[in-house]
Amino acid sequence: MTAPLLRVEKLVKRFGALVVTDELSLDVRAGEMHAVIGPNGAGKTTFIHQLSGSLSSQAGRILFDDADITHLDMPQRVRRGLARSFQITSILPGQTVLANVALAVQARSGTSFRFLRAVDHEAPLNDAAAAILDRVGLGARKGVRAGSLSHGEKRLLEIAIAIATAPRLLLLDEPLAGLGQEEAQVCIQLLAALKREFSIILVEHDMDAVFQLADRISVLVAGRVIATGTPDEIRANAAVRQAYLGDGELD
Amino acid sequence: MSSALLIVQTLNGLQLGILLFLIAAGLTLVFGVMDFINLAHGVQYMIGAYLIAMFSAWTGSFWAGLALTLPVALAVGLLLEVTIFRRLYGRSHLDQVLATFGLILFLNQLVKTIWGAAPLSVPMPDVLSGSVRLMDGLLYPVYRIALIGLGLTTALLLYVLINKTRVGMLVRAGASNAPMVSALGVDIGRLFMIVFGFGAMLAGFAGAMVAPILSVEPGMGDNLLILTFVVIVIGGIGSIRGAFIAALLVGLIDTLGRAFGPHLLRLMLDAASANQAGRSLAPMLIYILMAAVLFFRPSGLFPVKR
Amino acid sequence: MSQQQALPATTLAPASAAAWRVSFVALLFVALALLPIAAKLGAEGYILNLVTRALIFAIAAISLDLILGHGALVSFGHAAYLGIGSYAVGILASHGVEEVLLQIPVAIGAGALFALATGAVSLRTSGVYYIMSTLAFGQMLYFFAVSLSAYGGDDGLTLPGRSTILGMPLLKADTTFYYVVLALLGATYVLTLRITRSRFGRVLNGIRENPARMKAIGFEPFTYQLAACIIAGATCALAGVLLANQTGFVSPAYMTWQRSGELLVMVILGGIGSLWGAIIGALSFLLLEEVLSLITEQWKLILGPFLVLVALGGYGGIAGLADTLRNKLVRRGQP
Repeated sequence: MTAPLLRVEKLVKRFGALVVTDELSLDVRAGEMHAVIGPNGAGKTTFIHQLSGSLSSQAGRILFDDADITHLDMPQRVRRGLARSFQITSILPGQTVLANVALAVQARSGTSFRFLRAVDHEAPLNDAAAAILDRVGLGARKGVRAGSLSHGEKRLLEIAIAIATAPRLLLLDEPLAGLGQEEAQVCIQLLAALKREFSIILVEHDMDAVFQLADRISVLVAGRVIATGTPDEIRANAAVRQAYLGDGELD
Repeated sequence: MSSALLIVQTLNGLQLGILLFLIAAGLTLVFGVMDFINLAHGVQYMIGAYLIAMFSAWTGSFWAGLALTLPVALAVGLLLEVTIFRRLYGRSHLDQVLATFGLILFLNQLVKTIWGAAPLSVPMPDVLSGSVRLMDGLLYPVYRIALIGLGLTTALLLYVLINKTRVGMLVRAGASNAPMVSALGVDIGRLFMIVFGFGAMLAGFAGAMVAPILSVEPGMGDNLLILTFVVIVIGGIGSIRGAFIAALLVGLIDTLGRAFGPHLLRLMLDAASANQAGRSLAPMLIYILMAAVLFFRPSGLFPVKR
Repeated sequence: MSQQQALPATTLAPASAAAWRVSFVALLFVALALLPIAAKLGAEGYILNLVTRALIFAIAAISLDLILGHGALVSFGHAAYLGIGSYAVGILASHGVEEVLLQIPVAIGAGALFALATGAVSLRTSGVYYIMSTLAFGQMLYFFAVSLSAYGGDDGLTLPGRSTILGMPLLKADTTFYYVVLALLGATYVLTLRITRSRFGRVLNGIRENPARMKAIGFEPFTYQLAACIIAGATCALAGVLLANQTGFVSPAYMTWQRSGELLVMVILGGIGSLWGAIIGALSFLLLEEVLSLITEQWKLILGPFLVLVALGGYGGIAGLADTLRNKLVRRGQP
């Protein structure tokens, strides 16, 4: 068996006396969609912040593709292929939808210290961005200001931006948050398509979606992984049932 | 002789520090609680000085003049708050800069129109005139000592007010999280008004107190305003304690640097270049201090927790 | 402390707005190019001098608008660069170097260097702290200039004459100097406009709108903001070179904090982020100042409240107001 794409070893995050991430360990294999679930307050969002580099860790290691990235900042991690989407939509509302994605393409292709040529007319950036927008179903909305998209469209744009950085591991932080039934279905189909192409860590509250999409699931309780396995294994796991049934979130 | 000079300059430094603190205390709260850049705060200081010049001439007494100055300075602050400033809370810093910059132009000119461009002087109250002998061959003006004492007393009162009273508690809470305080049902608009008026009065008080030893002239608040900004940024915006420590630090460093910088440099350089370097470095010292503080602590020495 | 979200004034449909802006700016430059001819009819020297000065400040204002409108970096010490540029001229001239082709590179280099050094500290902070740290660096330089007793100290120094080009006194005639300034303003405008629309400009604007998002796609804001500060500082130093030549005089008064405030006022008055607003802002601020001071000695009693009203109104300056008006007209034109 090859080494995992991402290996998290005994990661710790404390806020004062409060231990939010408590020696958390986790492996993500190349090519899998690995869902991270857990009751509210289990530390999922903090964990994503630590992975992406927006929060530092007090102990433990994060190995990405065998390299230690624990102490790299967010832009450095992105350049190594670790991209994230935000739970709360984070786009550039004043720029066009196309520009939002083209900027992410630009981040990985050539220097951005180019001062005189109009970026609007850089066909390679625009073409790559347009192709990605077509994939997520926003092809017809390219010229619209991103701020005027509907909530559902913004969630899709959020994903488009993340994949435009050509990541090797995609961290999706509640991509379905706040979506209606129909919008959620569109998004789930997109995720199903993406999972063939990218390794993905999915943090999501929608259990139907998680069990339908994920190859493996890790259950986070009080900052620790109490179980990892296939959806079937997790469904049958006694510890998980106990952790969840008290909260009544799992069916 | 040199130790006498050191004592005198240290006292002068303290006095500048105390003065800066009186002005900075109100400003740091306005910045911290309302996230509001008020360039016109130095004007409040100038107005205090002009008011006491006018009132002490009318009444013939410094103290009666001071008693009239404080409520009027407060009233001016409240008037500005109600007519202009309250419309600027929550707006971009740029709008605040533009509006308060316009206000400086207006009020400096207004002062000139009313009282003339020539400097005014305010007679020193009799009780506090004269000098005391601190040690052999060292006389120091009583008024300046009184100024230091009065400033320290005010600082102490302010400390009690902020830390022991309900309004003080609200102000502290507001400095760290204004929306939360508002959500808890406190009339944040009124709190802002109180803080603002009080800050304006303190600045006016500072202006009134230094009027007898400085010349009262248009624009006198402008350069002091910049020093005050340095103080609140070094101290950490919104922190009274930070403002106090930073004010003393800035007052002392600026005064002692100007007095002794050339002497110290003479240890390393020849006299002529030491004088030259000393003169150029001394006024820059506090800005260098500020840059250094910001480099190591980008939110000042005593950042308010948010 | 939340980052400033300084949105540009223009929020129109891109294509028509661009056409409108191009024609407006072209018209403005044509009018400015014809000014010396018109001025011949009236008080030539006076008007020409006034407008030359305004155009020089327009260059400075454009440079400020690059970091202010496109980078949301509220610099309250931008006048320092005017000082750097003019002292480059003054100091070199006092050593006998009057060649402007040497003075300009020195000024630009010094401006860029100062921006690099101060930006490296200031950009570690944000919000009000950023504003105040730029102010502090401006003051630092001001006092440094005051202490330069070899170059006039507080009083400044008078230049022997306008700079020469390749040893020839080509800038001596006011009209020639005017056209040189106008040409440099045009170049500054076009180059800065292109920068804002380049890869770099898009990154800079992205950082203004949403720094967290930009980090999450791999851009480190500091590097790009610092580069923008360097470009702005170098450009403003060029304006300083011209200012020294226009007044024939160099003094610390060019870099007081009030002067930095005035530069901010010009950009805000014109409408931030649009660049042409910076030109209009500089022209209207200086002309307004001049006209008001002709009417009354107490002109600041009028200018002050005017600025307060502009701020309270929140129209996005003259550029924003123009866009609003134009939008209304267009809407009325459509059934």
